[in-house]
Amino acid sequence: MNAIQREIRYESDRDPAFADAIRKMPGCEAIDRCIQCATCSGICPVASYMDITPRRIIELTRSGFKDDVLKSNTIWICASCYACQVECPKEIGISDVMMALKTKAIAEGTYPKGMPIPILAQEFHDMVSQTGRVSESKLVQKLYLKTNPFKMFGLRRLGMKLMKTGRMSLKGESMKRPESLQRMLQAARIKK
Amino acid sequence: MKYAYFPGCSLKSSGRAFEESMLKLFAHLEIELEELDDWNCCGATAYMSVDETSAAALAARNLALAEKMALPLAVPCAGCYGVLRKSAHLQKDYPAIQKQVKDGLTAIGLSYTGAQEIKHPLQILAQDLGPKAMRSKVKKPLKGLKVACYYGCKLVRPEAPFDNQHDPQTMETLLKGVGARVVDFPMKTACCGGSLTGTIPDVGLELSWAILHDAHRREADVIATACPLCQFNLECYQEDIQEKHPDLKPIPVVYFTQLMGIAMGLSPEDMALHRQVVPLTPILQEKGILDSGAAKKSPPRQEHDA
Repeated sequence: MNAIQREIRYESDRDPAFADAIRKMPGCEAIDRCIQCATCSGICPVASYMDITPRRIIELTRSGFKDDVLKSNTIWICASCYACQVECPKEIGISDVMMALKTKAIAEGTYPKGMPIPILAQEFHDMVSQTGRVSESKLVQKLYLKTNPFKMFGLRRLGMKLMKTGRMSLKGESMKRPESLQRMLQAARIKK
Repeated sequence: MKYAYFPGCSLKSSGRAFEESMLKLFAHLEIELEELDDWNCCGATAYMSVDETSAAALAARNLALAEKMALPLAVPCAGCYGVLRKSAHLQKDYPAIQKQVKDGLTAIGLSYTGAQEIKHPLQILAQDLGPKAMRSKVKKPLKGLKVACYYGCKLVRPEAPFDNQHDPQTMETLLKGVGARVVDFPMKTACCGGSLTGTIPDVGLELSWAILHDAHRREADVIATACPLCQFNLECYQEDIQEKHPDLKPIPVVYFTQLMGIAMGLSPEDMALHRQVVPLTPILQEKGILDSGAAKKSPPRQEHDA
Protein backbone atom coordinates (compact mmCIF):
# COMPACT_ATOMS: atom_id res chain seq x y z
CA MET A 1 0.00 0.00 0.00
CA ASN A 2 1.22 3.48 -0.78
CA ALA A 3 2.08 5.77 2.09
CA ILE A 4 -0.81 8.02 3.00
CA GLN A 5 0.12 11.60 2.27
CA ARG A 6 -1.57 14.80 3.22
CA GLU A 7 -2.16 16.94 0.14
CA ILE A 8 -3.53 20.02 1.85
CA ARG A 9 -1.13 22.77 2.92
CA TYR A 10 -2.04 24.77 5.99
CA GLU A 11 -1.17 28.30 6.96
CA SER A 12 0.83 26.88 9.86
CA ASP A 13 3.15 25.07 7.41
CA ARG A 14 4.40 28.39 6.12
CA ASP A 15 7.70 29.88 7.13
CA PRO A 16 7.67 33.52 6.01
CA ALA A 17 11.24 34.01 7.24
CA PHE A 18 12.39 31.43 4.69
CA ALA A 19 10.68 33.34 1.87
CA ASP A 20 12.30 36.55 3.05
CA ALA A 21 15.72 34.95 3.26
CA ILE A 22 15.41 33.74 -0.34
CA ARG A 23 14.17 37.16 -1.53
CA LYS A 24 17.43 38.62 -0.20
CA MET A 25 19.65 36.24 -2.13
CA PRO A 26 21.28 37.43 -5.37
CA GLY A 27 18.95 37.17 -8.36
CA CYS A 28 15.90 36.23 -6.26
CA GLU A 29 14.55 39.73 -5.59
CA ALA A 30 11.81 39.53 -8.21
CA ILE A 31 9.94 36.37 -7.16
CA ASP A 32 6.92 38.40 -6.12
CA ARG A 33 6.43 39.53 -9.71
CA CYS A 34 5.60 35.96 -10.77
CA ILE A 35 2.19 35.69 -12.48
CA GLN A 36 2.23 31.87 -12.50
CA CYS A 37 2.11 31.69 -16.28
CA ALA A 38 4.27 28.52 -16.30
CA THR A 39 6.42 29.54 -19.24
CA CYS A 40 9.30 28.25 -17.11
CA SER A 41 7.75 24.82 -16.64
CA GLY A 42 6.89 24.68 -20.32
CA ILE A 43 10.38 25.43 -21.57
CA CYS A 44 12.33 23.50 -18.92
CA PRO A 45 13.91 20.47 -20.63
CA VAL A 46 13.76 18.42 -17.43
CA ALA A 47 10.43 19.54 -15.92
CA SER A 48 8.95 16.11 -16.63
CA TYR A 49 11.39 14.54 -14.19
CA MET A 50 10.72 17.01 -11.38
CA ASP A 51 8.41 16.31 -8.45
CA ILE A 52 7.49 20.03 -8.28
CA THR A 53 7.58 22.02 -11.52
CA PRO A 54 9.49 25.34 -11.63
CA ARG A 55 6.30 27.41 -11.61
CA ARG A 56 5.17 25.69 -8.40
CA ILE A 57 8.64 26.04 -6.86
CA ILE A 58 8.41 29.82 -7.27
CA GLU A 59 4.94 29.93 -5.69
CA LEU A 60 5.85 27.60 -2.81
CA THR A 61 9.04 29.55 -2.17
CA ARG A 62 7.46 32.96 -1.96
CA SER A 63 4.64 31.55 0.15
CA GLY A 64 7.20 30.15 2.58
CA PHE A 65 6.62 26.41 2.17
CA LYS A 66 10.18 25.69 3.08
CA ASP A 67 9.99 21.92 3.60
CA ASP A 68 8.28 21.21 0.29
CA VAL A 69 10.81 23.27 -1.59
CA LEU A 70 14.03 22.20 0.10
CA LYS A 71 13.13 18.51 0.03
CA SER A 72 12.06 18.47 -3.60
CA ASN A 73 14.20 16.80 -6.25
CA THR A 74 13.50 19.77 -8.54
CA ILE A 75 16.33 21.97 -7.33
CA TRP A 76 18.82 19.15 -8.01
CA ILE A 77 17.44 18.12 -11.37
CA CYS A 78 17.72 21.73 -12.55
CA ALA A 79 20.85 21.81 -14.73
CA SER A 80 21.15 25.63 -14.57
CA CYS A 81 20.67 25.92 -18.33
CA TYR A 82 18.84 29.26 -17.93
CA ALA A 83 16.18 28.41 -20.54
CA CYS A 84 13.42 29.46 -18.11
CA GLN A 85 15.17 32.62 -17.02
CA VAL A 86 15.55 34.09 -20.49
CA GLU A 87 11.91 33.37 -21.42
CA CYS A 88 10.29 34.60 -18.19
CA PRO A 89 7.97 37.48 -19.17
CA LYS A 90 8.44 39.03 -15.73
CA GLU A 91 12.22 38.70 -15.89
CA ILE A 92 12.52 36.64 -12.76
CA GLY A 93 15.91 35.03 -12.13
CA ILE A 94 14.45 31.52 -11.95
CA SER A 95 17.79 29.71 -12.35
CA ASP A 96 19.21 32.00 -9.69
CA VAL A 97 16.32 31.08 -7.38
CA MET A 98 17.10 27.39 -7.97
CA MET A 99 20.75 28.11 -7.14
CA ALA A 100 19.77 29.94 -3.93
CA LEU A 101 17.56 27.00 -2.94
CA LYS A 102 20.44 24.58 -3.56
CA THR A 103 22.66 26.67 -1.32
CA LYS A 104 20.01 26.67 1.42
CA ALA A 105 19.39 22.93 1.14
CA ILE A 106 23.14 22.18 1.32
CA ALA A 107 23.60 24.50 4.30
CA GLU A 108 20.69 22.88 6.14
CA GLY A 109 21.32 19.33 4.94
CA THR A 110 17.74 18.93 3.73
CA TYR A 111 18.36 17.29 0.37
CA PRO A 112 16.67 14.00 -0.58
CA LYS A 113 18.53 10.90 0.56
CA GLY A 114 20.73 9.35 -2.09
CA MET A 115 20.83 12.54 -4.18
CA PRO A 116 24.43 12.66 -5.45
CA ILE A 117 24.50 16.30 -6.60
CA PRO A 118 24.78 18.07 -3.23
CA ILE A 119 27.51 15.60 -2.27
CA LEU A 120 29.33 16.31 -5.53
CA ALA A 121 28.98 20.05 -4.89
CA GLN A 122 30.51 19.76 -1.43
CA GLU A 123 33.38 17.55 -2.62
CA PHE A 124 33.99 19.97 -5.48
CA HIS A 125 33.95 22.92 -3.10
CA ASP A 126 36.39 21.29 -0.68
CA MET A 127 38.77 20.19 -3.44
CA VAL A 128 38.91 23.61 -5.07
CA SER A 129 39.24 25.44 -1.75
CA GLN A 130 42.23 23.20 -0.95
CA THR A 131 44.09 22.94 -4.25
CA GLY A 132 42.58 25.69 -6.39
CA ARG A 133 41.82 23.24 -9.20
CA VAL A 134 39.53 20.32 -10.02
CA SER A 135 41.01 16.87 -10.49
CA GLU A 136 38.25 15.24 -12.52
CA SER A 137 39.09 11.58 -11.86
CA LYS A 138 39.59 12.13 -8.11
CA LEU A 139 36.30 13.98 -7.89
CA VAL A 140 34.41 11.17 -9.60
CA GLN A 141 36.05 8.57 -7.32
CA LYS A 142 35.13 10.51 -4.20
CA LEU A 143 31.58 11.01 -5.38
CA TYR A 144 30.93 7.33 -6.06
CA LEU A 145 32.65 6.11 -2.91
CA LYS A 146 30.26 8.30 -0.95
CA THR A 147 27.11 7.61 -2.92
CA ASN A 148 27.21 4.36 -4.84
CA PRO A 149 30.49 2.40 -4.80
CA PHE A 150 29.02 -0.28 -7.07
CA LYS A 151 28.60 2.23 -9.82
CA MET A 152 32.38 2.58 -10.05
CA PHE A 153 32.45 -0.66 -12.05
CA GLY A 154 30.00 0.79 -14.53
CA LEU A 155 32.43 3.63 -15.11
CA ARG A 156 35.19 1.30 -16.25
CA ARG A 157 34.18 1.52 -19.90
CA LEU A 158 34.23 5.31 -19.85
CA GLY A 159 37.51 5.35 -17.93
CA MET A 160 39.15 3.06 -20.49
CA LYS A 161 38.10 5.31 -23.35
CA LEU A 162 39.48 8.36 -21.62
CA MET A 163 42.75 6.62 -20.73
CA LYS A 164 43.20 5.43 -24.29
CA THR A 165 42.75 8.91 -25.70
CA GLY A 166 44.92 10.53 -23.01
CA ARG A 167 42.02 12.49 -21.56
CA MET A 168 42.21 11.25 -18.01
CA SER A 169 44.95 11.99 -15.58
CA LEU A 170 45.22 10.08 -12.33
CA LYS A 171 47.53 12.58 -10.72
CA GLY A 172 45.90 15.31 -8.66
CA GLU A 173 45.78 18.79 -10.17
CA SER A 174 46.83 21.74 -8.06
CA MET A 175 47.85 25.35 -8.30
CA LYS A 176 51.52 26.09 -7.72
CA ARG A 177 50.69 28.23 -4.70
CA PRO A 178 47.30 27.15 -3.30
CA GLU A 179 48.15 28.80 0.04
CA SER A 180 47.58 32.20 -1.52
CA LEU A 181 44.11 31.14 -2.67
CA GLN A 182 43.29 29.75 0.76
CA ARG A 183 44.31 33.06 2.32
CA MET A 184 42.05 34.92 -0.09
CA LEU A 185 39.06 32.68 0.62
CA GLN A 186 39.54 33.03 4.34
CA ALA A 187 39.60 36.81 4.11
CA ALA A 188 36.59 36.89 1.76
CA ARG A 189 34.47 34.74 4.08
CA ILE A 190 34.59 37.16 6.97
CA LYS A 191 31.52 39.39 6.89
CA LYS A 192 32.37 42.78 8.29
CA MET B 1 46.56 40.50 -31.48
CA LYS B 2 47.19 39.35 -27.96
CA TYR B 3 44.97 37.99 -25.19
CA ALA B 4 45.35 36.80 -21.65
CA TYR B 5 44.23 33.17 -21.51
CA PHE B 6 42.24 31.31 -18.87
CA PRO B 7 42.14 27.57 -19.73
CA GLY B 8 40.10 26.25 -16.78
CA CYS B 9 40.39 22.74 -15.34
CA SER B 10 38.63 20.77 -18.12
CA LEU B 11 40.96 22.02 -20.85
CA LYS B 12 43.84 20.42 -18.95
CA SER B 13 42.21 16.98 -18.75
CA SER B 14 39.12 15.59 -20.51
CA GLY B 15 38.93 18.67 -22.75
CA ARG B 16 42.60 18.67 -23.77
CA ALA B 17 41.76 18.51 -27.44
CA PHE B 18 40.13 21.93 -27.17
CA GLU B 19 43.24 23.54 -25.70
CA GLU B 20 45.67 21.73 -28.02
CA SER B 21 43.76 22.55 -31.19
CA MET B 22 43.05 26.13 -30.17
CA LEU B 23 46.67 26.91 -29.26
CA LYS B 24 47.88 25.56 -32.61
CA LEU B 25 45.12 27.29 -34.57
CA PHE B 26 45.63 30.64 -32.85
CA ALA B 27 49.41 30.46 -33.33
CA HIS B 28 48.80 29.74 -37.02
CA LEU B 29 46.54 32.81 -37.22
CA GLU B 30 49.12 34.87 -35.31
CA ILE B 31 46.86 35.43 -32.32
CA GLU B 32 48.95 35.38 -29.17
CA LEU B 33 47.64 33.84 -25.94
CA GLU B 34 49.36 34.26 -22.61
CA GLU B 35 48.16 31.91 -19.88
CA LEU B 36 47.30 33.53 -16.53
CA ASP B 37 50.00 32.78 -13.99
CA ASP B 38 48.84 30.19 -11.46
CA TRP B 39 45.14 30.60 -12.25
CA ASN B 40 42.50 28.83 -10.16
CA CYS B 41 39.15 27.12 -10.78
CA CYS B 42 36.62 29.64 -12.14
CA GLY B 43 34.24 29.05 -9.22
CA ALA B 44 32.03 26.66 -11.21
CA THR B 45 28.31 26.15 -10.63
CA ALA B 46 28.99 23.26 -8.23
CA TYR B 47 31.15 25.51 -6.06
CA MET B 48 28.71 28.38 -6.37
CA SER B 49 25.87 26.26 -5.05
CA VAL B 50 27.79 25.79 -1.79
CA ASP B 51 29.06 29.34 -1.29
CA GLU B 52 28.28 32.05 -3.80
CA THR B 53 30.48 34.77 -2.33
CA SER B 54 33.57 32.56 -2.25
CA ALA B 55 32.82 31.46 -5.81
CA ALA B 56 32.74 35.12 -6.83
CA ALA B 57 36.10 35.58 -5.12
CA LEU B 58 37.58 32.62 -7.03
CA ALA B 59 36.45 34.16 -10.31
CA ALA B 60 37.61 37.61 -9.24
CA ARG B 61 41.15 36.36 -8.59
CA ASN B 62 41.39 35.21 -12.20
CA LEU B 63 39.89 38.45 -13.46
CA ALA B 64 42.31 40.45 -11.31
CA LEU B 65 45.25 38.51 -12.78
CA ALA B 66 44.02 39.33 -16.28
CA GLU B 67 43.46 42.97 -15.41
CA LYS B 68 47.06 43.21 -14.24
CA MET B 69 48.14 42.11 -17.72
CA ALA B 70 45.95 44.80 -19.31
CA LEU B 71 44.72 42.36 -21.98
CA PRO B 72 41.26 41.06 -22.87
CA LEU B 73 40.75 37.57 -21.41
CA ALA B 74 40.15 34.58 -23.70
CA VAL B 75 37.99 31.89 -22.04
CA PRO B 76 37.29 28.83 -24.20
CA CYS B 77 35.32 26.74 -21.68
CA ALA B 78 31.72 27.92 -21.95
CA GLY B 79 31.15 26.95 -18.32
CA CYS B 80 34.04 29.11 -17.08
CA TYR B 81 32.97 31.86 -19.48
CA GLY B 82 29.49 31.92 -17.91
CA VAL B 83 30.78 31.77 -14.34
CA LEU B 84 33.40 34.51 -14.80
CA ARG B 85 30.77 36.77 -16.33
CA LYS B 86 28.25 35.94 -13.64
CA SER B 87 30.61 36.77 -10.82
CA ALA B 88 31.59 40.02 -12.49
CA HIS B 89 27.85 40.85 -12.41
CA LEU B 90 27.50 39.76 -8.80
CA GLN B 91 30.27 42.13 -7.78
CA LYS B 92 28.81 44.98 -9.76
CA ASP B 93 25.22 44.57 -8.54
CA TYR B 94 25.75 43.47 -4.93
CA PRO B 95 27.90 45.80 -2.81
CA ALA B 96 28.02 43.27 0.04
CA ILE B 97 29.56 40.63 -2.23
CA GLN B 98 31.87 43.20 -3.78
CA LYS B 99 33.10 44.20 -0.33
CA GLN B 100 33.87 40.62 0.70
CA VAL B 101 35.57 39.82 -2.59
CA LYS B 102 37.63 42.97 -2.29
CA ASP B 103 38.74 42.00 1.22
CA GLY B 104 39.81 38.61 -0.11
CA LEU B 105 41.77 40.04 -3.02
CA THR B 106 43.41 42.69 -0.83
CA ALA B 107 44.66 39.96 1.52
CA ILE B 108 46.78 38.57 -1.33
CA GLY B 109 47.80 41.89 -2.84
CA LEU B 110 45.38 41.90 -5.79
CA SER B 111 42.66 44.28 -6.87
CA TYR B 112 39.90 44.23 -9.45
CA THR B 113 38.14 47.27 -10.89
CA GLY B 114 35.38 45.35 -12.69
CA ALA B 115 36.29 46.39 -16.21
CA GLN B 116 37.92 43.18 -17.45
CA GLU B 117 36.79 42.14 -20.92
CA ILE B 118 35.94 38.42 -21.22
CA LYS B 119 35.87 36.82 -24.67
CA HIS B 120 35.15 33.38 -26.05
CA PRO B 121 37.38 32.14 -28.89
CA LEU B 122 34.32 32.11 -31.18
CA GLN B 123 34.02 35.83 -30.63
CA ILE B 124 37.76 36.40 -31.09
CA LEU B 125 37.85 34.59 -34.44
CA ALA B 126 34.56 35.89 -35.83
CA GLN B 127 34.64 39.48 -34.61
CA ASP B 128 38.17 40.49 -33.60
CA LEU B 129 39.96 38.69 -36.41
CA GLY B 130 37.09 38.31 -38.87
CA PRO B 131 36.45 35.63 -41.50
CA LYS B 132 38.19 37.65 -44.22
CA ALA B 133 41.56 37.36 -42.51
CA MET B 134 41.18 33.59 -42.51
CA ARG B 135 40.05 33.10 -46.08
CA SER B 136 43.52 33.13 -47.62
CA LYS B 137 44.70 30.54 -45.11
CA VAL B 138 42.21 27.83 -46.07
CA LYS B 139 44.23 24.96 -47.56
CA LYS B 140 41.83 22.05 -47.26
CA PRO B 141 38.29 23.39 -47.51
CA LEU B 142 35.84 21.15 -45.66
CA LYS B 143 33.95 20.46 -48.89
CA GLY B 144 30.95 18.21 -48.48
CA LEU B 145 31.29 17.97 -44.72
CA LYS B 146 27.91 18.53 -43.10
CA VAL B 147 28.28 20.10 -39.68
CA ALA B 148 25.71 20.63 -36.93
CA CYS B 149 26.88 23.63 -34.89
CA TYR B 150 26.06 23.20 -31.22
CA TYR B 151 26.43 26.05 -28.70
CA GLY B 152 24.84 24.70 -25.54
CA CYS B 153 23.67 26.99 -22.74
CA LYS B 154 26.31 29.23 -21.34
CA LEU B 155 27.38 31.09 -24.48
CA VAL B 156 23.86 32.39 -25.07
CA ARG B 157 22.21 32.36 -21.64
CA PRO B 158 21.45 34.19 -19.41
CA GLU B 159 22.85 36.75 -21.83
CA ALA B 160 24.14 36.31 -25.35
CA PRO B 161 27.09 38.71 -25.38
CA PHE B 162 28.13 38.20 -28.98
CA ASP B 163 25.33 36.51 -30.87
CA ASN B 164 21.60 35.93 -31.22
CA GLN B 165 20.23 34.23 -28.13
CA HIS B 166 17.90 31.77 -29.87
CA ASP B 167 19.64 31.24 -33.17
CA PRO B 168 23.35 32.01 -32.81
CA GLN B 169 25.30 31.97 -36.08
CA THR B 170 28.93 32.69 -35.16
CA MET B 171 30.09 29.09 -35.49
CA GLU B 172 28.15 28.65 -38.73
CA THR B 173 29.81 31.73 -40.22
CA LEU B 174 33.27 30.51 -39.25
CA LEU B 175 32.78 26.97 -40.53
CA LYS B 176 31.08 28.06 -43.74
CA GLY B 177 34.07 30.33 -44.20
CA VAL B 178 36.33 27.27 -44.31
CA GLY B 179 34.13 25.41 -46.77
CA ALA B 180 31.87 23.29 -44.56
CA ARG B 181 28.16 22.87 -45.14
CA VAL B 182 26.15 23.62 -42.03
CA VAL B 183 22.81 21.97 -41.37
CA ASP B 184 19.82 23.69 -39.78
CA PHE B 185 20.01 22.71 -36.15
CA PRO B 186 17.25 23.98 -33.85
CA MET B 187 18.74 22.00 -30.94
CA LYS B 188 21.85 24.17 -31.06
CA THR B 189 21.13 25.89 -27.73
CA ALA B 190 19.40 22.98 -25.98
CA CYS B 191 20.91 21.76 -22.71
CA CYS B 192 23.32 18.78 -23.06
CA GLY B 193 22.54 17.66 -19.51
CA GLY B 194 25.55 19.30 -17.88
CA SER B 195 26.75 17.25 -14.93
CA LEU B 196 23.46 15.31 -14.82
CA THR B 197 24.92 12.77 -17.27
CA GLY B 198 27.15 11.63 -14.41
CA THR B 199 24.92 12.28 -11.40
CA ILE B 200 21.42 11.38 -12.67
CA PRO B 201 22.10 9.58 -15.97
CA ASP B 202 18.42 8.73 -16.50
CA VAL B 203 17.84 12.44 -16.99
CA GLY B 204 21.17 13.68 -18.34
CA LEU B 205 21.65 11.06 -21.04
CA GLU B 206 18.16 11.69 -22.41
CA LEU B 207 19.04 15.34 -22.98
CA SER B 208 22.24 14.42 -24.79
CA TRP B 209 20.32 11.84 -26.82
CA ALA B 210 17.80 14.42 -28.05
CA ILE B 211 20.65 16.51 -29.46
CA LEU B 212 22.47 13.58 -31.08
CA HIS B 213 19.22 12.25 -32.50
CA ASP B 214 18.38 15.57 -34.09
CA ALA B 215 21.86 15.88 -35.60
CA HIS B 216 21.32 12.47 -37.23
CA ARG B 217 17.89 13.38 -38.49
CA ARG B 218 19.44 16.37 -40.20
CA GLU B 219 22.11 14.13 -41.71
CA ALA B 220 25.04 15.86 -40.09
CA ASP B 221 28.42 14.11 -40.43
CA VAL B 222 29.78 15.72 -37.30
CA ILE B 223 28.72 17.96 -34.41
CA ALA B 224 30.90 20.99 -33.68
CA THR B 225 30.99 22.27 -30.10
CA ALA B 226 32.52 25.16 -28.17
CA CYS B 227 32.42 23.78 -24.62
CA PRO B 228 34.36 20.92 -23.01
CA LEU B 229 31.39 19.64 -21.01
CA CYS B 230 29.07 19.61 -24.03
CA GLN B 231 31.74 17.86 -26.07
CA PHE B 232 32.29 15.26 -23.35
CA ASN B 233 28.60 14.56 -22.82
CA LEU B 234 27.75 14.29 -26.49
CA GLU B 235 30.75 12.17 -27.46
CA CYS B 236 31.78 9.99 -24.55
CA TYR B 237 28.36 8.70 -23.47
CA GLN B 238 27.16 7.54 -26.88
CA GLU B 239 27.57 3.85 -25.95
CA ASP B 240 25.65 4.39 -22.72
CA ILE B 241 22.90 6.17 -24.62
CA GLN B 242 22.71 3.28 -27.08
CA GLU B 243 21.65 0.96 -24.25
CA LYS B 244 18.35 2.82 -24.15
CA HIS B 245 18.32 3.99 -27.76
CA PRO B 246 19.91 1.15 -29.77
CA ASP B 247 19.11 2.85 -33.07
CA LEU B 248 21.50 5.74 -32.30
CA LYS B 249 24.42 5.59 -34.70
CA PRO B 250 27.79 6.92 -33.54
CA ILE B 251 28.51 10.48 -34.64
CA PRO B 252 31.78 12.32 -34.04
CA VAL B 253 31.62 15.38 -31.79
CA VAL B 254 34.56 17.78 -32.06
CA TYR B 255 35.56 21.31 -31.14
CA PHE B 256 35.05 23.93 -33.83
CA THR B 257 38.76 24.77 -33.51
CA GLN B 258 39.68 21.25 -34.67
CA LEU B 259 37.64 21.60 -37.85
CA MET B 260 39.04 25.06 -38.57
CA GLY B 261 42.60 23.87 -38.09
CA ILE B 262 42.13 20.91 -40.42
CA ALA B 263 40.74 23.29 -43.05
CA MET B 264 43.83 25.44 -42.69
CA GLY B 265 46.05 22.51 -43.41
CA LEU B 266 47.20 21.82 -39.85
CA SER B 267 47.86 18.15 -39.15
CA PRO B 268 45.31 15.80 -37.56
CA GLU B 269 47.83 15.27 -34.71
CA ASP B 270 48.08 19.03 -34.10
CA MET B 271 44.29 19.17 -34.11
CA ALA B 272 44.26 16.37 -31.50
CA LEU B 273 42.01 14.12 -33.57
CA HIS B 274 43.64 11.12 -31.84
CA ARG B 275 41.78 12.15 -28.71
CA GLN B 276 38.42 11.35 -30.26
CA VAL B 277 36.45 8.49 -28.75
CA VAL B 278 34.26 8.51 -31.88
CA PRO B 279 36.81 9.09 -34.64
CA LEU B 280 36.44 11.88 -37.19
CA THR B 281 39.37 10.94 -39.44
CA PRO B 282 37.55 8.24 -41.50
CA ILE B 283 34.84 10.74 -42.45
CA LEU B 284 37.41 13.38 -43.45
CA GLN B 285 39.15 10.76 -45.59
CA GLU B 286 35.90 9.65 -47.14
CA LYS B 287 35.15 13.24 -48.13
CA GLY B 288 38.64 13.61 -49.56
CA ILE B 289 39.57 16.35 -47.08
CA LEU B 290 42.37 14.26 -45.58
CA ASP B 291 44.50 11.86 -47.59
CA SER B 292 43.55 8.30 -47.00
CA GLY B 293 45.99 7.09 -44.33
CA ALA B 294 46.39 3.70 -46.02
CA ALA B 295 49.18 4.95 -48.28
CA LYS B 296 51.28 6.09 -45.35
CA LYS B 297 50.77 3.06 -43.17
CA SER B 298 52.62 -0.15 -43.89
CA PRO B 299 50.75 -2.08 -46.56
CA PRO B 300 48.31 -4.70 -45.31
CA ARG B 301 49.89 -8.09 -44.88
CA GLN B 302 49.32 -10.36 -47.86
CA GLU B 303 48.04 -13.83 -47.33
CA HIS B 304 50.50 -16.30 -48.78
CA ASP B 305 49.19 -19.04 -50.92
CA ALA B 306 49.82 -22.39 -49.34
